[in-house]
Amino acid sequence: MTAPPIAEAVPLAAPTGLRRALGSLRHDLPALISILVLVLLALAAIFAPLLASHPPLQTYQEGLAANGAPIGPGHGFPLGTDPNGRDVLARLLYGARVSLTIGILANGLATVFGVLVGLTAGYLGGWVETILMRLTDVVMSFPILLFCIALISVTGPSERNVVIVIALIYWTTLARIIRSQVLSLREREFVVAARTMGLSHWRIMRKHLFPHLVPTIIVYATLGVASSILIEASLSFLGVGVPVPTPSWGQMIEQGKEYFQIAPWLLFAPGVCLIVTVLAFNLAGDWLRDLLDPTAPERR
Amino acid sequence: MTAILEVDDLTVDFSRTTAVRGVSLRVEAGERVGIVGESGSGKSVTAQAVMRLLPPTATVGGRIRFAGQDVLGFDPARLAAWRGADIAMVFQDPMSSLNPLLRVGTQLTEGLRRHRGLGKAAARAEAVRLLRTVGIDDAERRLDDYPHAFSGGMRQRVCIAIAAACTPKLIIADEPTTALDVTVQAQVLDLLDELTERHDTATVLVSHDLGVISSFCDRIMVMYAGQVVEAGPTDDIVAAPAHPYTRALLDSIPRLDGDLPRRLPTVPGSPPFGNVPTGSCAFADRCPHAQDRCRTEAPTMAPVGPNTTAACHFPLTEGART
Repeated sequence: MTAPPIAEAVPLAAPTGLRRALGSLRHDLPALISILVLVLLALAAIFAPLLASHPPLQTYQEGLAANGAPIGPGHGFPLGTDPNGRDVLARLLYGARVSLTIGILANGLATVFGVLVGLTAGYLGGWVETILMRLTDVVMSFPILLFCIALISVTGPSERNVVIVIALIYWTTLARIIRSQVLSLREREFVVAARTMGLSHWRIMRKHLFPHLVPTIIVYATLGVASSILIEASLSFLGVGVPVPTPSWGQMIEQGKEYFQIAPWLLFAPGVCLIVTVLAFNLAGDWLRDLLDPTAPERR
Repeated sequence: MTAILEVDDLTVDFSRTTAVRGVSLRVEAGERVGIVGESGSGKSVTAQAVMRLLPPTATVGGRIRFAGQDVLGFDPARLAAWRGADIAMVFQDPMSSLNPLLRVGTQLTEGLRRHRGLGKAAARAEAVRLLRTVGIDDAERRLDDYPHAFSGGMRQRVCIAIAAACTPKLIIADEPTTALDVTVQAQVLDLLDELTERHDTATVLVSHDLGVISSFCDRIMVMYAGQVVEAGPTDDIVAAPAHPYTRALLDSIPRLDGDLPRRLPTVPGSPPFGNVPTGSCAFADRCPHAQDRCRTEAPTMAPVGPNTTAACHFPLTEGART
């Protein structure tokens, strides 16, 4: 028998955990809907090539009206076309891939970073804590968008750079939360007991503290995806995000904004997707928080 | 006999209070020494100072030597190699000194793997053996349980197994039975007794319960307000306490024999916190035998019997001897 993976040690993983989760979903309609939405979104992104009736980058002669204007929903293009004569639905589906991937990757990276910083600072204390937390303060004090734009204008826009830049901005909140939790955890007797057994700092942080942080991490990682997706959309809207022609929702809004009066679907389609996704991540995050917080009152 | 632990004139200062004032202690190999005192007497702080567990805000003075080495001079790496391997600790509350999210097996094997360099399988086999030694049935299967699946007494057994895992030279047990009910207390003490006997492990037992201490220890050290007020072999002290405080502690142990007192005697008042008067005996205010000299001059440790010493101007044994 080998040591169990860390996630298994979380109270949620107790035999009743899944049942409790499903049970609480029954009483929480918004959470149930948002989780269904997220599942659908994920499926749509994964199976985009099967669902889209056209390739997302292909321009169609017949996709433009005689005067060169984009055509509305119907006429072989379920959600109409964009000013280049490309299928909006196909771009939306492939855009979901880009937006979700970037949101999840960037936020995942930020979570790892935030947990490492918060855990190290909180557990070690002293000058390590001072340096790490002042660094956190500094990063937090930057205007987010300005910082992203500045970094990307140096590194050049690419999907990889967008992920890295968002991660560089978004680890701070989690770092602070984790640090404050570790500050109280490290005084608990089992941590002192672990120290009296001569275990290394690394082992104590990884094995003795980390499992206690997992519920917090899950909640903030979920909530953070929504913010990361929004930042990606903002950057793409400003033209420093995902480079053309790769579709992303923010970039689709940017390209559609000039045609708003004649082709409103160019804004509505990606805009609605964005709102629904962000809302779903937030509601799911709230639900997870209530579920994993033993002190939260039972919701009816 | 060689001394495992020598504490010399230990002082522990927190920013506002002095918790320990000049405590000296010597523990030989295989010896059981009890430190007894009320809350705030500095007994736990003394134990923590020896383990180097005090926060950086505490100023530690004096000398602590472990098998001849200067403990206060250990660097972090030396400290981590020393703890668990040569010295280990058992805590008061087994509910909180085991990590609730880690399997008991993990917590038992991590010391073995670190200090004895055992591989996964070897450490697990050793953990099974340890768990059997401390009297837990079905050890093989129980290793995969989480602490909540154990009762309080069993958890303390697990804690003792963890502490004894690498056969340290010294185990410090800080109120190991306080959180347990009385029937389990005896079992846990017996277990500690058995394990330390087997490997000639020295034990320092810290407790407020003189009954527990006297049934377990070879020698007793009574602490009051951060100082040692009486020290000596258990039998001598229990038979003829020299310090009024020790006497008062002994009197407040409920007895099953003799006439039942109307009320259990207690020590009136409470120990001084923070600023302990230095120009007088710290116990003077609560002492039934206090005289003028007690309020103007602090007593020092002096022999009061063939093997015992006490810090009292008017030791109770004086009359008996002359």
